[in-house]
Amino acid sequence: MREKATYLLAILAAVVMIGNLHTVFTQLPDEAMQGAVYRIIFIHVPAAINADIFFTIALVTAILFLATKNFVYDSITVSCVEVGAMLTFLNLVTGSIWGRNQWGVWWAWDLRMTGQLMCFLLYMGYLLVRPAIAEPTQRATMSSIISIFAYADIPLVLMAIRLPNVRTQHPGPVLETGTLAPEFRGPFAIGILAMFLISSALVLVRLHQESAQREIDSLRRELHAR
Amino acid sequence: MLAVEADRVWKYFGDYPALRGADLAVEPGSCLALLGRNGAGKTTFLRILANLSRPTKGDVKIFGDASRGAEARRKVGYLGHGIGVYDDLSAFENLLLFGELAGVQSPAKAAMEALERVGLARVKDGMAREFSRGMRQRLAVARAFLHKPEILLLDEPFTSLDDKAIAVLQSLLQDALRGGATIVMSTHQIREAMELATHVALLERGQIVHTGPRAQEMLNDPGWLYRTYGAQT
Amino acid sequence: MSGLQAAWAIARKDLRTELRTKESINAAASFALVILVLFSFAFDLGREELYAISGGLLWLVYSFAGALIVNRGFAREVPNDCLDVLLASPAPSWALFLGKSVSAFCLLVIVEAISLPVFGLFYNIRWTQNVGPLVLVILLATWGITVVGTAFSAVTVNVRLRELMLPVLLYPVLIPLLIGAMGTTTALFGGEALTGDNAAPLKLLVGFDAIYTALSLYLIEYVLIV
Repeated sequence: MREKATYLLAILAAVVMIGNLHTVFTQLPDEAMQGAVYRIIFIHVPAAINADIFFTIALVTAILFLATKNFVYDSITVSCVEVGAMLTFLNLVTGSIWGRNQWGVWWAWDLRMTGQLMCFLLYMGYLLVRPAIAEPTQRATMSSIISIFAYADIPLVLMAIRLPNVRTQHPGPVLETGTLAPEFRGPFAIGILAMFLISSALVLVRLHQESAQREIDSLRRELHAR
Repeated sequence: MLAVEADRVWKYFGDYPALRGADLAVEPGSCLALLGRNGAGKTTFLRILANLSRPTKGDVKIFGDASRGAEARRKVGYLGHGIGVYDDLSAFENLLLFGELAGVQSPAKAAMEALERVGLARVKDGMAREFSRGMRQRLAVARAFLHKPEILLLDEPFTSLDDKAIAVLQSLLQDALRGGATIVMSTHQIREAMELATHVALLERGQIVHTGPRAQEMLNDPGWLYRTYGAQT
Repeated sequence: MSGLQAAWAIARKDLRTELRTKESINAAASFALVILVLFSFAFDLGREELYAISGGLLWLVYSFAGALIVNRGFAREVPNDCLDVLLASPAPSWALFLGKSVSAFCLLVIVEAISLPVFGLFYNIRWTQNVGPLVLVILLATWGITVVGTAFSAVTVNVRLRELMLPVLLYPVLIPLLIGAMGTTTALFGGEALTGDNAAPLKLLVGFDAIYTALSLYLIEYVLIV
């Protein structure tokens, strides 16, 4: 049942994503200033928005785990953090490609990208430490705490990179002002939806693996206890 | 009022239940030996009673107070597998610290008294790291008894002790019992435990399968309890 | 016995054992000196450029030394199962945490006080001209380093390779704090006053300290008693 739901979601996600890319590549005109490369925003920005969504879900489920000790919440947390980190990475890579095309450098320490990079590093800490904890309850508890600490850092990161006396070559945020042209808005919204569906399918796959892993662990313990 | 009361305590490690609804009621002034094979959940259970671990379900009361509260913990003395003293503090400094943490009225006086009781007053300024194994164990015993706890929780207390430390511990435990204290000790060394125990409880696969007064049969036949009440053989 | 008294007893105990054995303080101080020497080979700079990176240099040294200090935090309680005894005592978990943070703070401040004059000497930086504001910034940021560091030392206390895992968690979280401290410290070394743009990071430092102190005090019970 759950597997079927995952497959259905994945197929739906693929259809929406491919359909939207088709629109983006064949229907939309080139952007006035940037030419063809602007199309990367239909991947780049949805990745960032969805990363935020999944990190937020991970925060909520981390708190719920601490409150209830229900391991399902821990599984959701780790699945969302993994997918969130992947999306952040996608965002960084696409941003870097865009930057190379527009600014001539792969990395320019622009504010948004710098903030994203710091988020990525924060959650890498979570993903690196988690496998080092052997006991499942310890692992779930400590990872939940790390996830809460990481999330609390995000507003501070955003504040820090905007400090007036940070003396580096950081340019101002791109696209801080200005709005999307009306014909771009539809594909943009569908892009966010497509990315959300794909990510959700991945989260479901990871959830399935996590619960299988827990079952294996407990069967092992049961065996050793005999 | 019961000294220790555990009500359907569950503890999961991942999906594996190490405790499956363990119930325990210990009358004040009694000495309960918590018996069971390795892996039955004795240490897990004792750690929950001592506030070192959180039950997944169920709850534990110490003289009617929640075991997590400071009020309950003030009444508890704990002696676990490790000796729980600092190598880089002197014997006296160690006891002074734990006296302060336990909220003893005059920690320095209590520390000296405790050192005398275990025969370490002469070396009170010696660093714990310089002590022999037996002396360290006696220091650990002094630490557990320092604040004159009403309830003593002991995890395998006789396992790693040398003869002198066992004698010191036995006499301290007997004094404590005469003074009205309650003792819960996990052990699989039935002979040593039976010298003190007034009650026994048998833990098997995370459940208390039997509690009752110490039976006469157990003195000469350590396997009797398991054969009579144990589900497994 | 109130929690604050218990915290004070723990802090005194940690400071006494540390000043007796000098395990982490010697390591941290000599490490700081080595880094200071190494930096002089890493950069070949004129006066102006040196001032521009001086705050960054100082805080890199301080945060490296800080990681060494906080690494010992809860690890100090591992031999002989001392942590069990502390948790069984009536002292609340937050008091244990607070005591450990205070002792780590004092130790790091000692190391910083030793390395600051050396830093001034090696790099010819006149840090004495702004010493009041400088001390304020150092104390605020040092508390941030030690409070997060001590929290993570509790999180990693039962983790394999905890000496490796702690920095992996710690540094990403410290990034905003260090950005704020670096900018302001550079300005202070340059003889600027702690007003306007230079004062803006103070808000960040205070916010960081407040958020992580509150979070840690609240969550430490979940970390220590699993």
